[in-house]
Amino acid sequence: MSAKANILAKLRNSLAGTTPIADEFDESLLTQPWTYAPEQRIARLRQLMEAVHTEIHLTSAAGWPALLEQLLHDRQLPSLLMAPNTSHGQKLLAHWAGREDLPRLKAYDRPIEEWKAELFDDTPASLTGTLGAIAATGSLILWPTREEPRLMSLVPPVHFALLKASEIHDNFYEVQRKQRWAEGMPTNALLVSGPSKTADIEQVLAYGAHGPKDLVVLILEDA
Amino acid sequence: MNDLSRIPTLQIQDDFKTRAHKALGDDQLRRNFRTAMDSLMTKRATAFSDADERERLRALGNRVRARALSKLPELLERLETNLTRNGVTVHWAETVDEANAIVLSIIRAHEARQVIKGKSMVSEEMEMNHVLAAQGIECLESDMGEYIVQLDHEKPSHIIMPAIHKNAGQVASLFHDKLGVEYTKDVDQLIQIGRRTLRQKFFEADIGVSGVNFAVAETGTLLLVENEGNGRMSTTVPPVHIAVTGIEKVVENLRDVVPLLSLLTRSALGQPITTYVNMISGPRKAHELDGPEEVHLVLLDNGRSQAFADGELRQTLNCIRCGACMNHCPVYTRVGGHTYGEVYPGPIGKIITPHMVGLDKVPDHPSASSLCGACGEVCPVKIPIPSILRRLREENIKAPDDPHPIMRGQGSKYSPRERLLWKGWRLLNTSPALYRTFSFFATRLRGLTPSNIGPWTQNHSAPKPAARSLHELAREHLGETQGDRP
Repeated sequence: MSAKANILAKLRNSLAGTTPIADEFDESLLTQPWTYAPEQRIARLRQLMEAVHTEIHLTSAAGWPALLEQLLHDRQLPSLLMAPNTSHGQKLLAHWAGREDLPRLKAYDRPIEEWKAELFDDTPASLTGTLGAIAATGSLILWPTREEPRLMSLVPPVHFALLKASEIHDNFYEVQRKQRWAEGMPTNALLVSGPSKTADIEQVLAYGAHGPKDLVVLILEDA
Repeated sequence: MNDLSRIPTLQIQDDFKTRAHKALGDDQLRRNFRTAMDSLMTKRATAFSDADERERLRALGNRVRARALSKLPELLERLETNLTRNGVTVHWAETVDEANAIVLSIIRAHEARQVIKGKSMVSEEMEMNHVLAAQGIECLESDMGEYIVQLDHEKPSHIIMPAIHKNAGQVASLFHDKLGVEYTKDVDQLIQIGRRTLRQKFFEADIGVSGVNFAVAETGTLLLVENEGNGRMSTTVPPVHIAVTGIEKVVENLRDVVPLLSLLTRSALGQPITTYVNMISGPRKAHELDGPEEVHLVLLDNGRSQAFADGELRQTLNCIRCGACMNHCPVYTRVGGHTYGEVYPGPIGKIITPHMVGLDKVPDHPSASSLCGACGEVCPVKIPIPSILRRLREENIKAPDDPHPIMRGQGSKYSPRERLLWKGWRLLNTSPALYRTFSFFATRLRGLTPSNIGPWTQNHSAPKPAARSLHELAREHLGETQGDRP
């Protein structure tokens, strides 16, 4: 018999004569304590994310490209990995158009194998959108796509993320339900709640372990 | 890898008691653990500031895990079906040898030389690093704590904080000696040294290995939590990802992970959530630009089905590996993780390890506890660890001819002499005539009580019976006062 057959046979044998435990799921426990008035959501998200060293800026749908320009300038970042085929990518390109003095924009437009060294060694920052956020835990929701692949929010040391204020949800349970996650999950779904960190040495918190050292969230208050 | 790294890193020639004595005499070790455990307990308490919410959530966590176990075979099959549909290859292994053979065959099929590993306790069960090293394959830990212990040829001393037994000075010396970097005790700098070294390894690795926190049957999703990003790196950068996990890690629905996730991160680290919650449901699709081309899941039994066979012991498999039981354990805090001599230390280690290696291999595990109950009180999925420890003590002394074999290695502490003594003791205490005779002589001959009674008198003064037994005194007292009754 195969390992699978053996294991399943043992488990079935152990359960013989028993009935499965009913699915009593106390949803209110996962929603009620974690519900916020719309005007509180940004504050809650901000409080939790800033507590773990996320940099948060409040801006607007029209104003964020200029703010991003300023932030790149302040950090003296020479280039930015972005997704030209997304609506926010288009906006950024429009803002950049005709300007020679701005950091170089580059696209993640080919398989990782073709430019792995450049991604690891010469890509100091990236910009991605988000699928919203979760106020209860201070988390961004990312479903990487072809335009914004998985490593885009992981390998560059600085990650800028755009978040529409209207897409900040109360809690993870609500997100799963509203966005119908159970009906089909993508290759990779992520909750990101700050820059990479570790407390593995003497419990001293240090940022920038393996992922981004800086996570910068631009919240579009009017979007 | 050099030969040194192939040598099993932990010397398990001595027994628990010897190791415990050594650990108790190590002031530095005790300070490191005390400080860390105090801090982790405080963080957990703060994260569960509402006791009512905490208790209701623990009850829900327990129900979710118990429900999953109550239909485990069905859920494992559903998980396999959905993962397969998503393009993930599922393998089953009864033993760690089978699991290692599966991993090796995948590595060989890709002619891989370098493996980078995210944190995985199941891979520790498999001793994957050593097995691969023996085949000339480098298997490098990428979790900072795991990397530190691997560099020092040690094993993790805590399931969440593998290098918790070391302080910054010890890590500084280690990095200085092994990596040739300048000595620094600055934790930020130490982490940056680790980051630089491991980034190159992520870049080069042919295979990424990870564990799994929850496997969701409904969607065919592997959920991993972490703070560092090494888990995401290990599961995204290399062209092949192999996840290894125990058969008990499956949950029924995606929504089931919501309470478990909250319980896990708050119990383990006092965090509302970890920096990353990484949900993987398949390999790279044709139109996608990164992620592994192949994803494998190895489902390992390794004694879990033995625990599963018994209704009480089955609850051991509720575990979501948060480590809260060890953080709150007075024994663990004093003797440290290495004293247990096995992969899983602390209270959960004491109840799961016997199923993996046989109770006779870890005969002191069930009794290395004061039964104070702290582990059971903090367990996020309400495993009754103290009562399971007592149960294992019973299994430990079962007679060899016991008609109910429960577990491998049971009865290793069985002693016919001890059994006879207890039978005598029972007789003595259930027969009034015998008891009276015994207490009469015990009190009258109290001068003859031995002053050396084995292990008892090592730490206590020898008991000396009173001149008259309580029974006698009471009877006398009643006899005197009888006349006053109305």
